[in-house]
Parts: sequence; C-alpha cells; structure tokens
Amino acid sequence: MAYRTHLMVCAGTGCVANGSLGIKKALEKEVKRRGLEEEVLVVTTGCNGFCGQGPIMVVQPDGIFYERLKIEDVPNLVEEHLLKGRPVKKLMYVPPEEAKPIPKMMDIPFFGDQLLIALRHRGLIDPENIEEYIAQDGYSALAKVLSSMTPDEVIEEITASGLRGRGGGGFPTGMKWKSCRKAKGTPKYVICNADEGDPGAFMDRSIIEGDPHSVLEGMTIGAYAVGAEQGYLYVRMEYPLARKRFNIAVDQAREYGLLGRDIFGTGFNFDVEVCRGAGAFVCGESTALMASIEGKVGEPRAKYIHTVEHGLWNKPSCLNNVETWTNIPVIILQGAKWFASIGPGDVSRNPWGGSKGTKIFSLAGKVYNTGLIEVPMGITLRDVVFKVGGGVPNGKRFKAVQTGGPSGGFIPESLLDLSVDFDRLVEAGSMMGSGGMVVLDENNCMVNMAKYFVSFLVEESCGKCVPCREGLKRMEEILERITKGEGKEKDIEVLEEIGIILKDGALCGLGTSAANPVLSTIRYFRDEYEAHIREKKCPAGVCKELIKYEISEEKCTGCTLCARKCPADAISGELKQVHGIDTSKCIKCGICYEVCKFDAVVKK
Amino acid sequence: MKKLRIEDLKRIKEKVRRTTILREGAGRAKVTVHMGTCGIAAGARKIMSTLIDEIEKQDVKDVLVTTSGCAGLCSREPMATVEVLGEAPVKYVDLTDEKMRRIFAEHVMGGHVVKEYALAVGSERISF
Repeated sequence: MAYRTHLMVCAGTGCVANGSLGIKKALEKEVKRRGLEEEVLVVTTGCNGFCGQGPIMVVQPDGIFYERLKIEDVPNLVEEHLLKGRPVKKLMYVPPEEAKPIPKMMDIPFFGDQLLIALRHRGLIDPENIEEYIAQDGYSALAKVLSSMTPDEVIEEITASGLRGRGGGGFPTGMKWKSCRKAKGTPKYVICNADEGDPGAFMDRSIIEGDPHSVLEGMTIGAYAVGAEQGYLYVRMEYPLARKRFNIAVDQAREYGLLGRDIFGTGFNFDVEVCRGAGAFVCGESTALMASIEGKVGEPRAKYIHTVEHGLWNKPSCLNNVETWTNIPVIILQGAKWFASIGPGDVSRNPWGGSKGTKIFSLAGKVYNTGLIEVPMGITLRDVVFKVGGGVPNGKRFKAVQTGGPSGGFIPESLLDLSVDFDRLVEAGSMMGSGGMVVLDENNCMVNMAKYFVSFLVEESCGKCVPCREGLKRMEEILERITKGEGKEKDIEVLEEIGIILKDGALCGLGTSAANPVLSTIRYFRDEYEAHIREKKCPAGVCKELIKYEISEEKCTGCTLCARKCPADAISGELKQVHGIDTSKCIKCGICYEVCKFDAVVKK
Repeated sequence: MKKLRIEDLKRIKEKVRRTTILREGAGRAKVTVHMGTCGIAAGARKIMSTLIDEIEKQDVKDVLVTTSGCAGLCSREPMATVEVLGEAPVKYVDLTDEKMRRIFAEHVMGGHVVKEYALAVGSERISF
C-alpha cells in the first residue's frame, strides 16, 4: 500500500516547546487505532516559520494548514479529516478581525507572499533523514561542482550571483572566497558562524534544525572553491536541538561518503567538526569566534589583517553565516543569473552594487503574524509589516520598525516605503544585520528601547577596548537617568559624541555599531528624548518614574475592583464612590489600568 | 552504507521521491473518494484501498488520492471525483472495485472519461 497522505508535523524548537512531539505520538497512535497506518505517514519537519501559531501541522497533498494544535484535538482531526475527508475548520487559521478560516497554506497571506530560497525545504523534509534531502536534489550541486567545475569557476559563479553575507556584514561572498583562495598558507579552513546572538533572531536556528544538510553541502562547495579540507561549525550553546541535528546530519553524511575522504570518488577530501559556543554574544564576531574555537577567551582583534589570510590558527580562513552557506547549492543548480535577477541594483560590474536574492527575517513585536519570513530583497518595509506581517494589532498606530538587532536602528513611519536592501537601510541609519525585525507601536518608548539595546551590549562587551567598555557604560548611565526623569540639558549631545567615538575607535563590529540604536532614535524621535529631559514626561507611557496613574472622575463607577487588586494598597474609595490613587504609595505596576472595565484609569 | 557515487544520488532521489512527492501537493491528476457517512456505509473504504492498490501496482507517482465528505447524492454512493489537470472534474457513481479499476486505467491513466459510469462533468455552483 502506498501512502496517500503525509502529516507534516512541525518540530522546530518553538513547536517542540509547545508539545508538538507529543502531538506526533498521539497522531501515530490514533492513525494506527483507525487502521490507517498504511495510508497515512506522520513526518516531523523543521520550523515552518509561523511560530506564533504553533504547534503547526500541514496535511499534504491537500495543502491544508492546521495551527495551535493540542493533543485533545487529535482523535477528532483523524476521524474528520483523514477518515471522512472533512478538514476541521476550528483548527484552521483565521485572519485577524475576520471570521472565515483559510484552509490552504498557500492562501494564507503570511505564506503566500514569501519567496523561499534559503528556506526551500521548510516543512517539507525530515531533517534527520539524509535521503529526503537527496530526494530534493540535495548534494547534486556538490556533484556538479566536483565533476564539472574548477574552483575558480565556482568562485566566478558565486561572484556573478551577487550573493552578499547574510550574517550582517553584507560582504560580497565571491570576493571573500577569491581572497581566501589567493591567500598563501595551508591548511585552509571554512567556518560556519552559527552563533546567532541578536536577541529575537532565530533564522539560523531554523535552517539548522530544518535543513542541516543544505549548510553542509554549501560548506563543502566552499571548501572546494577556496582549497580547504577542514571545516568548523560553531553553534551557540543555547541551541541544543540545532547542535543535535547538525551532529546527526554530519554522521549521516559521513556514512554516505558525502563527508570525509575521496567524496564521490573524485579525490576531494573534506570533513567538519561541530563546536559549541559558551554563551557570549561577542563570539559571533569572526575574530572572537576563531579565538573561541582555538580555546582562547572570546575577544576580537583588529581587522586590518584579514582573516581570509590569517584567521583560525593564523591560517587562511573563510567564515560565512549559516544563511549564506545555505544559498550556495541553489545558486550552483539554478545559476548565478537567476539569483542576480532577484532584488535591486546591478552587480555585474561592482559586487557591492546591489542586494540580490532573498533575506530571512524574524518578524516580532507589535504585529499580527510573528515568525520567520523569507522575502525578496527590494520589498518595501511597508509590505513586510502590513502585508506579510498582517499589520499592527488592536488598532494601535505603527511607530517604528527596528532592524538589525543591537547593531541596527529604528525606521520611522515616514520611511516605510524604503526598500529592504543592504545599502538603503544603512543610509537610513540602520542596517540589515542578521535579519531581526521588531515592530513598535505608539505604546513603545523609544528612549526605553535604546536603553534596552545598550544594556544588552554593556553585558556582552568583551571589555578589551576603551571606547566600548567605557563608552557604552556611560551611555547606559545617561539613558537610565533620562528614563528616571533625571535627564539634563546636553545629555543628547553627549550621547551623540560618545556615538562618534565608538564608531571611530571601537575594535570590532559590536562596538562600532553599538551606538546605532541610540543615534537613530535621537535622529527620528528627538522630541521624545526632549520630553523626557525637559518636561519629565514619557509620551508613550512606559518609563515608570515618569508616569502617573489617575482615576477619571467621570468614568469611575466605584466598583472597587482596582482597590481590591492593588498590591500596594494605594487605592481608596467607598462602594459606588469615585476612587482615588495615592501616588506616594503607587508602585506603577499597572494592574488597576488593566483590570478596570470602564477605562477609568488613565496613564499620564 | 556504501559510499555514494554521483550516479547513486539520482537512484536515491527516485526511490524516495515516490513517497515524498505527495508533500508538494502537485500532480497530474487527483482522485477524490467521497467518504461521508453514506459513502463509508456503502463501501467507500474498499474503493479507496482498490485505488491505492492500483497506484502501487503500476508504480504511479503523479496521481494524488484524497478524501472529502459527502458529495450530496447519497443514494448513488460510493462515489469518486476524478480531476485531470486542465480538465473539468468528473463525478463517478455506484462504484464497485472493478469499476474503480477500469476508471483508473481508462480515465486517470488513459485520459478518456468512462461515460457509462459517469454522472456528470463540472463543479457545483457556489452561491457566494
């Protein structure tokens, strides 16, 4: 009997944390109980990207998308959909503010607007089975390279494609490979940067968990191109599932002779080692990462000596991000011309002249559809936030979108039609970074957001250079004072000055880009800073010391709910009488604001 | 496991894709066996098994088999709808094992509608 239906159960970290493996077991049990085990196959796949709606399952070939599954839903689902052919409406996706469910995955705007290249196998294959990867033309790019292309031809193809680093730097990949190939010294190394430290970013994790072989294949091709025989996969400590899947993939690749000596009988040797990080954000920086692999403290060094010439153990090393490696097999199979046709700009003469291909973003914050999206370069921020993201919920006004993580900046509403592109984002005072995108609405305080990122970087600074170690700390202190209502005139100017010092003097990318969140919020939201400093007010109603909770006389019905819930006993009032808040006792926890059914509590 | 040669990639791809092609939701033809309560009572599960059996026997890779609920004409169950890419769907009624096998051979694989077993061509009108 051939299978007639495959149940693709998502087993990315998000869905697993929500119990998807238990759902898989329940499905297998129920399918067996109904005598369908020869017709229905249950498969676990990597992350589908629509993480806010997990646990997710897609039924193929029907293409029906199910979300927010619970174990209790399984018996009904199996009976109704698999036995009786009636897809279960109440488990389907319903767009916000609407009533009708959308059964088919490709009709859901979140999915339909995406273009999958790096995430091409998302939700389609079992990442722990190398044969399923092969069935999707896996390793045939490597076969093509080893049997019919010279290393220089490979480098030419990657250069022509216009691929630029996806880890944040946007450095033309072909150029990097060419320099590494030309560099003198053996052995040479290729490295995969899977440290992914930006808070909220999980693109690389998703790729590794869902399609680890695509990274291995990319690295093998890269090794052939630059002349390396050894590779390192540096995975951050906080990604145990990704490391596990990488290890399984490496073992299987070795078993099938796709890693090791004499691959495909062509005489080419390449093998990899999986390394584990130890919890430092700074080890995502290439020189700090290499120091970490060498067993030294994760500190960066000056980069006027390039790592492609003197990197790991002082040997020529080619380091690329997970997403960059994943794009390589596709470019080899589909051709550089195809890749270069996606996205704005022209890379035929200048590899920095355009942004080609797609980029994965982890969309988070005040937006309906949070999760992982892959969109073509050149799409506008407006389309990302409002079309793919579904817009800002609860009728709130869009305020800004933060791109690039702690190294990036904030883009205000006036620039929403900016195209997503390495260079346009830098011009606007931000950057693409590794792909984090956080949407903010009217209730987010920009000064507070800047403070959050600076505090993160203060923790993660390695401390080696003065501008970063001292400068960031001073910035944090100033921002802390401002949010507490102790801001002084000239604070903004001092922040800007420290920002310039960081840009010019810091040793590594962490430091040079650290001021971006502060400088871009000052650039576009200076009025908010001034309100905090001069009027001691927080317009968004976030900074605790600057807000006051008051009860409106007209709206209060005297129901006593807030007084009963107040943890500080700060509200007084008789039943049916207007209540009042004692500001000396109020701890600004906001519980009264949340529980009042009459909107009588106001934040000032 | 023997170390792979380049030719082995194609062999593994063909073998595994037979199973996984289903996930791409694409195919040359789709057969929907109606499995409402009426259908199941009339023996639709056996029709389904027969269909899957034919697919396996002939090693067909690009025909999708799916189920749906009651089609509405309960007195003529078991029923199946055959949709070939680019053509209007055809509803077959009063099915038995042999009829299903013949429909599979002549219509799904051969492209000719089996008129004696067919009820109608086309889809129902939906009013909204």
